[in-house]
Amino acid sequence: MGDKAMFGVLVEVQLRPGIADPQGATIQRALPALGFDGISAVRAGKAFRFEIDALDEEEALLHARVVADRLLANPVIEDATVTVTPANGESGA
Amino acid sequence: MAPRIGVVVFPGTNCEHDARVALESLGASAELVWHGSSDLSEFDAVVLPGGFAHGDYLRPGAIARFSPVIGAVEAFAAAGGPVVGICNGFQVLCEAGLLPGALQKNRGLRFLCQNVTLEVANDTSVLTRGVAVGTRLVIPINHFEGNYTCDAETLQRLQEEDRIVVRYAENPNGSVDSIAGVSNEAGNVVGLMPHPERATDVLLGSTDGITLLEAFIASAATKV
Repeated sequence: MGDKAMFGVLVEVQLRPGIADPQGATIQRALPALGFDGISAVRAGKAFRFEIDALDEEEALLHARVVADRLLANPVIEDATVTVTPANGESGA
Repeated sequence: MAPRIGVVVFPGTNCEHDARVALESLGASAELVWHGSSDLSEFDAVVLPGGFAHGDYLRPGAIARFSPVIGAVEAFAAAGGPVVGICNGFQVLCEAGLLPGALQKNRGLRFLCQNVTLEVANDTSVLTRGVAVGTRLVIPINHFEGNYTCDAETLQRLQEEDRIVVRYAENPNGSVDSIAGVSNEAGNVVGLMPHPERATDVLLGSTDGITLLEAFIASAATKV
């Protein structure tokens, strides 16, 4: 039965729409000083990368989704998006 | 017999001695309990004190909720035992799902360290039992992530079920409905951002924290 392969995972965590993001607002207020007046809707968040062994991309996504929802994000105030890609190198066979 | 109160210590907790000394000065017997412990049944009440459990990495309380002691806190709370989480302890209880909502960064992104005036909003929780609603207490806050938030449905439930325990007289951090502390449905688990243990001696500038800690010790003494 199936060998496991390694997948790369990117989890992006953002405050949910409607939750005040004072950090994003502060960054946005600094932008005119850099010469940019046309930048709006700045939201600050976090990004996590890790590698995961799984039978296929579907299983990798399923497991990464649990990690994102149960640890990396607090669903009361944050949303997580998960992206899975086949890892380079040793996946082979 | 003085009630026995367990004060939980995570790596990075730093208010455990303040809590222990304050509780003992009011006649309780308080003992520090390492977060690796998985049994709290010998205690009459449990305190999760302030600090930076597990460095507050990821989010305050996010890693602490996986400590073995959290399972014991859940069991203790489910059996009706009095539990209070102060500051970081409140954040841990929210992350662990023992209390609703979450604590996000203060409005204005400033760390706040100051005395605030609280208004008691509930007289039945383990921290406020017998304290008249409307009582004003001066107690310090000391936090960056104290801005209490929850969805509208949860807020309505907290209000209707009388689970808002203390409110800020003047909202310092953006908390919804000026909430400084809430309880679970049964009222035996309470979390609050202010530090009552730091307002227990005239030398500390206020003794108003005694009102809350005495109510908590009384709850511990009557634990069945």
